[in-house]
Amino acid sequence: MNKPFAVPVNPGSACKPPSTKDFLVDRTFRALARVGVVLILALVFALVFEVGRKAVPGMEKHGLDVIFGSVWDVNQNKYGILPAIWGTLYSALIALLIAGVFGVSMAIFLTQDFLPPKLAAIFRTIVELLAAIPSVVYGLWGIYVVIPAIRPLAGWLNSELGWIPFFSTSLSGPGLLPAALVLAIMILPTIAAVSQDALTAVPMKTKQAAYGMGTTHWEAILKVMVPSAATGIFGSLVLGLGRALGETMALAMLVGNSNQIALSLFAPANTLAALLALNFPEAGPNEVEVLMYAALILMLITLIVNVIGSMIMVYAQRGTK
Amino acid sequence: MTDLTAAKVALPSLQRTFEGRALRSLVLTTLVWLFAVLASVPLFSVLYMLITRGGARLNLEVFTELPPTGFETGGGFGNALAGTFVMVGIAAAIAVPVGIMAAIFLAELGPTSKLANAARFAAKMLTGLPSILAGVFAYALVVVTTGTYSAPAGGVALAVLMLPIVVLTAEESMRMVPKIMKDAAYGMGCTRSQVIWKIILPTGMPAILTGVMLAVARAAGETAPLLFTALFSNYWIYHQGELAAMNPTASLAVLIYNFSGMPFDNQLELAWAASLVLVMIVLVVNVVSRIFGKPKF
Repeated sequence: MNKPFAVPVNPGSACKPPSTKDFLVDRTFRALARVGVVLILALVFALVFEVGRKAVPGMEKHGLDVIFGSVWDVNQNKYGILPAIWGTLYSALIALLIAGVFGVSMAIFLTQDFLPPKLAAIFRTIVELLAAIPSVVYGLWGIYVVIPAIRPLAGWLNSELGWIPFFSTSLSGPGLLPAALVLAIMILPTIAAVSQDALTAVPMKTKQAAYGMGTTHWEAILKVMVPSAATGIFGSLVLGLGRALGETMALAMLVGNSNQIALSLFAPANTLAALLALNFPEAGPNEVEVLMYAALILMLITLIVNVIGSMIMVYAQRGTK
Repeated sequence: MTDLTAAKVALPSLQRTFEGRALRSLVLTTLVWLFAVLASVPLFSVLYMLITRGGARLNLEVFTELPPTGFETGGGFGNALAGTFVMVGIAAAIAVPVGIMAAIFLAELGPTSKLANAARFAAKMLTGLPSILAGVFAYALVVVTTGTYSAPAGGVALAVLMLPIVVLTAEESMRMVPKIMKDAAYGMGCTRSQVIWKIILPTGMPAILTGVMLAVARAAGETAPLLFTALFSNYWIYHQGELAAMNPTASLAVLIYNFSGMPFDNQLELAWAASLVLVMIVLVVNVVSRIFGKPKF
């Protein structure tokens, strides 16, 4: 008796269910993929755990004195990173201010029909290449191009407007402003790229509606497009800040590594990352404990900023859908 | 006659097409142009300096000779170039397999699982990790354990930085593979790993390679994680007939950093030449990855 829907299987046919070998290969492969995912999570835990564990002795010995102390003297066994924390935040904020203005206007420039597509592609490539240049090369360039270039201006500002705290010292060489300028160049691509995404995600209709109301090109941009993309643009600034806080080489080469807290833009300063870069290679066991402590603090600061940044981005993406 | 004067009186009001709003638009447009051009200046300035100062010192010797010490003349950065290749190679050997396996899971096997969401978040956090912290981690994990600065320690530090780039770009490229292709393969009775091997990986490969190359380019230029994991060395990684893998290892980036602060002209010239070589490597990898990664579907 014939079954109604039976498939006639030809013994010589290529059709066959997966063999035991296929089955095993499949399962092993899937397990391996899972291992890959678990490894990423393990890496993050290991990062926090390793640095945290190595920081514990330093915490026990020095406690909060490290965070609120401002003297770093290995011989006296005194370690204070307050100036470095100050320098990290101050340089990052100046850089964010500069890169924010340039990055967001670059994003507007590239997305709001100012340029024929070919020219826009060229500018986009320029921004991407800015991100590709290694930070140590920026550091070298900063020493031999940026510092000499801004020194006359810094001198003039200091002699004419020295009563303003920001200009209260002269630029003798490395200092906060050249470091922040180079830092700004390095985070500009992040800000420009993420803001561009935010601006292109605004529906075309919104802009057409604005034009329909009789706005000029710029009124549409400033009163409709930018507010619509505001969350994403804000997220780009936070992510840029996160990048600026952790950047190392350009700062280690340009900031001057001086443990002082100053408002002056031309004074040498220090940052957490630069402190690590400069002191780690030659540190004794006591110093390493404190450096691990400083690394943990840097990790916490950047982690908090980055978590906030990505939460804003998630929120922004939800808003445009 | 009266008509004409009337026309003259009316003219100014007719000509007021150039309103304040338009003027503001013009000013703002000029301003963004200015900002865009100003923002491009650093790139050209960097490239100009590299070509004039680095190019002047660039010759065949710099690729084959060891770094000079003190007042020595001549010399090069052959060992640093080799060290960079070795360490980026180690980093890629760790980060690429792990990253692609993880990306397969994220894109295909369990894209919405809790594990995947946690891993995606972790990878995003890792992209924001300051590179110096990758160095601190490798120091704590490898240097302290093995008791010596070494190329593998540097490789591990770079791998930490490469991994999130590989994972996130590979996941993205596997998601771009059209669903109908996968469905067709499943319909033919393929197992999931067969679909991954025969459909998803080959189709997504150009884009995956782009991500890998971007990660390689980033790792090649990193200095901070190598400062106290690989340190620096004035010798070849392979010298006196044996592989000195567990010794401090030179890299281009650290050489540039070390030489940038030296008071000797020769070292400074070499720092510029090394920067030129490094930027060339990074840019070539970037451009090649772009050509590779042009979406084909």
